[in-house]
Parts: sequence; C-alpha cells; structure tokens
Amino acid sequence: MNLLRILVILLFFQFKAYALIEVDITRGNLNPLPIAVSPLSSDKDSLADFEKILKKKDLGSEISVIVENNLKHTGLFNPLAKDAFLQKPEIAHLKPRFEDWALIKSQALITGKVEIVDEKLRVEFRLWDVLAAKEMLALAFTTVPTNWRRVGHIITDKVYERLTGEKGYFDTRIIYVSEEGPKTKRIKKLAIMDQDGYNLKYLTLGNELVLTPRFNPTNQMVTYLSYFRNLPRVYLLDIETGEQEVVGDFPGMTFAPRFSPDGKKIIMSFAMDGNSDIYTMDLENRVVERITNHPSIDTSPSYSPDGKYIAFNSDRSKFQQIYVMKSDGSNVKRISFGKGLYGTPAWSPRGDLIAFTKLHKGKFYIGVMRTDGSGERLLTENFYQEAPSWSPNGRVLIFYRETKTDEKGEGFTAKLWSIDLTGYNERQVLTKTDASDPSWSSLLSN
Amino acid sequence: MTLSKILRNAFLVITACLVLSACATKKTVVDVGGQMQGDVYVGSDTVEYLASGVPDRVFFATNESVLTTRSRDTLRKQATWLRKNSDITVVLEGHADERGTREYNLALGERRANAAKDYLMTYGVSASRISVISYGKERPVDSGSNPLAWSKNRRSVTVKAN
Repeated sequence: MNLLRILVILLFFQFKAYALIEVDITRGNLNPLPIAVSPLSSDKDSLADFEKILKKKDLGSEISVIVENNLKHTGLFNPLAKDAFLQKPEIAHLKPRFEDWALIKSQALITGKVEIVDEKLRVEFRLWDVLAAKEMLALAFTTVPTNWRRVGHIITDKVYERLTGEKGYFDTRIIYVSEEGPKTKRIKKLAIMDQDGYNLKYLTLGNELVLTPRFNPTNQMVTYLSYFRNLPRVYLLDIETGEQEVVGDFPGMTFAPRFSPDGKKIIMSFAMDGNSDIYTMDLENRVVERITNHPSIDTSPSYSPDGKYIAFNSDRSKFQQIYVMKSDGSNVKRISFGKGLYGTPAWSPRGDLIAFTKLHKGKFYIGVMRTDGSGERLLTENFYQEAPSWSPNGRVLIFYRETKTDEKGEGFTAKLWSIDLTGYNERQVLTKTDASDPSWSSLLSN
Repeated sequence: MTLSKILRNAFLVITACLVLSACATKKTVVDVGGQMQGDVYVGSDTVEYLASGVPDRVFFATNESVLTTRSRDTLRKQATWLRKNSDITVVLEGHADERGTREYNLALGERRANAAKDYLMTYGVSASRISVISYGKERPVDSGSNPLAWSKNRRSVTVKAN
C-alpha cells in the first residue's frame, strides 16, 4: 500500500517534471509566459567581422532583442529584463544553470551563438524548459550576413512553433500603401517592410495613385491598383526585379485584385457602364474568365485556401453583403445576415473563417464568421477601419484605421493595426508615414 | 405598491421611451442651414461652373447612384452646353464619401459617373465625347468627418478634357 502510494507520487512528480511548456493560443492570454532571451554569444573574430561587414558591434545582442520584441508583440510571452540574467550567454548556451533562470521566474530560456564562417552568418540556438531542466529545441543554420534581422525572425518562428504547436508569422513582410499630405490630396506610395517595421522600402514614387497591394502567397509577386496615366488598372509587380505589367486588356477600370491560393491566377473586379463584376486571369496562358454576371456591384473577391470557393461582397440585395460561391461562379449564397453592411471578406488561410468589415450605426467593425455565415464575432469597433488581412498562420489580422477630423477638417490619420483572432492583443503596427491597405506575406522561409 | 401604480409607472416609462426615440430619429436629420435635402447636398460650396449657369457637379445620397431632380436639371444644362460646344470632350469623375470600404467605393464612384453619363447621352451628347473615371473615396473635396462634408464628397464632376 505504502509502496503504491510512493510509486504514484513518483510518477506524478515525474509527469510534472517532464510536462514541457505549452502555450495556448486559442484564447486571450492573460498570463504571458515568462521567457528569458539570452544574447547570442560570438567569438572575438566574429565580433570583428560583424563590425567590418555590418557595422554592428554586438550582433548577438541585437538579434536577441528582435526575438524579444517579436515574442512580446504576440501577447503570449513576457520576455524578462536582461539585467537580471545571472549566467553569461556563452556558458548558458552550453549548459544553463536552471536554478539561476528559475530564480528570475523564467519558465523558458533561449540561448544561442552567432559567428561568421566562410563569410556566412552561422547561427545556432536552443530553447530550454527551465522548470523541467530540459532542452526543447536545438537548431543551426547559415545565411548571408545582410539577412541578420531575418535570423531573429526565424528563431522566433521556431520557438513559437515549438511552444504553441502552430507555425509562426515572424519571418514575413507587410506590403501597404504609405500616405502623406492633406486628406484631399493624398500622395500614396507602395511600401514594403518586415513584419516588425524594419527594412522599409518604397516600391513606387508617388506620381500616381496606388491602392490595395496584395502578395502572391507562393512567391514575391504583388498585385495592386495603379492610376498610371489616369487609367485605373490592376498591375502585377515583381518586387525582386521591379518589373511590372498591366493585368489583362480591359476597356475600363479593373480593381480589387487578389491572387488565387496557388498563385497562378489573379481575381479582380472589372467595372463597365456602371456595373462591376468579378473576373479571373490566368497568369500563364492569359485566359480571362468572367465569374459573376449581375447588374449589382460585385467586388472584393477572396479565394478559400483550397481554391474551390470565392467569398465576395455584392449589393445585389440592395446593400453591401458577403456572398460565397463556387470558384466557377455557380451556387452563389449570401452568408452575412447580421444588422448593417458587410464587406471586404478575407478567407482565413486555415479555411474555417472569413474576416470582414462591418458598418453598423455609424461604427466600423472588424470581425470573423464561419464560412456559412454562422458564429459571427466582432473583434474591434472604431470610427473607421477596414480591410483585414490574415497572418499566414491565421491567428492575427492586420487592417487599417482612420481617425475622424475635427471641426476644421484637421487631424486625419491612417494607421495600421493588428489584433489576435481571440479579440485580444490589439496593437498599432508602427509605420514611418500614415498607412493603409496592408497585406501580409507568407512565411519567407519554412 | 399597488398594481395600478406599477402600471402607471410602466406607462410613464413607455411614454418617456417614445419621446426619447422620437428625439433620436429627429436628430438624424442634420440641420445644416438648408444645404442638404435628405442626405443629398444642395448647397453651392464646392461647385464650379463649366460656363455661366452650368454647374460642374451633381450630388448623391449615401450608397445611391440615383439622380435627383436637381441633378437631372444640372445635367440637362451641361448637355445643352455640350451640344453647343461640340468640340469639347469631358471626363466624368465619380466619387464616394469616406464611410465605405475602399473597393466598394471605387465601384460606386464608377456607377455614379455612369448614371451622369447615361443622362447626358439621353440629352444628345455622344458617348464618344464622354469618358468616365472613378476615384472612389480617394479625392474628397471636403476633409471633414461629418454628414455635410460627406454629402459634398458623394458626387460626379464633369471636367473638360480638352
């Protein structure tokens, strides 16, 4: 009897000891996991090389800050202040003294090493469960030194995946429209940046109005609307080469472009004689197909991730509502039946949800519903906000929000915001200028 | 409290609700010194003239592209002027207010400009002299965030192209 009890206790403790940390991302997380991100250590030669190649004194430390900020912005983790760390980075990476890390209340620890080998950046890192005193993950990779910020994002992706069980969204980019100048004469440029706001680049000069850029989910192509020569048309842009071309040969405005999930088609609206319908163009054989044929406005199309369905908004019932149809245009079904107007459907990359903009009683909401329209959940309310775009793992939405002007018509701003699917963790995504129409890329590396 | 008292109180509450809701509906009709009819702009603040007595723009109700009596009157004047000046070509620029999603507003601007175009054609202006462009909500004339500003921005403007 006594023996049995002891056995049970032992088993229980053992179970406790081996219960590796898990982070639940399906709910708003009010107790973010305390995590210590030790600076990545480097040898003397590498430190000299960083200085020479990248003009950086302590790359390992900077990379750890990237990881910390990424983790903090998820709302799921609480990175601990480095000045409380007791163990030196290079020693911690070999064998952490877990008592020291437990003492500062850290439950997980990231350690690593970064050096220059054959002019390449070689990185290794480990994730440790402090309470279980166990290594959870160890990885090494090499890349070109100029990719050093991506190193921080890749580490975060791997750590996030190990701890939450789902792919991360950190080694990604956001393409958006940068806005400057007075509200009546906005100058708009295409801009691209890393998910955390760094490495900002402008892709157009601001000579013509540009709107609604969207990433190809499979490569570095972008589609967007440009008013080049005062002819609003959908364009295709290769962001590596800068080459661009008009999509199709339409005798009127084309707009609201998006890629199909396989990246091979562009779906968009074409407006003619006061009527907008949805069309696709195959990028390989240039075949154009008409998908809807209705005297109402049909626009903002978005494919399901399996490519079998299309969500779009239409005012065929008098006001703007969300509809779903098969990808050949058959079986059109209205799915939004709540109070107010619904638009900008964005099909989740996980397939189960559609994010949307809703206008009701003078307020704008970002929300999600199931693909049959049931289970509507509003995540955020504001004076004006619209156009949600999903993180590649389907856990976070990015959108833009505009402010009301005062009595003199001053004080207009447009900013990017993100919010978790849970409705928690709403935060502004900092941009150098005002910004709108964000689109989230796929993971750059896997 | 007797039943009749409760009922009387309930009655008072109901009356109060009715009064309040009446106020609430009244409030949605914004008094802007006769510059709006319903929510269509009828003032002259931003209006320019193609020629003497020929206003360059027409205004629309929220989410609508239907031409009002006043708009049709303006467009008939434009048509008369265009028939007299047969060398002139025009661009109809369709616009929406800021209270709608960007892509839908592009379509709505196109629909509004085409409503104006159709009317000009009915009054004898050849389609070949008219082109149409939608700016959606991208080019407001009034940067205000209030019903009057929005009503000025819901417009189709006839612009000389040559």
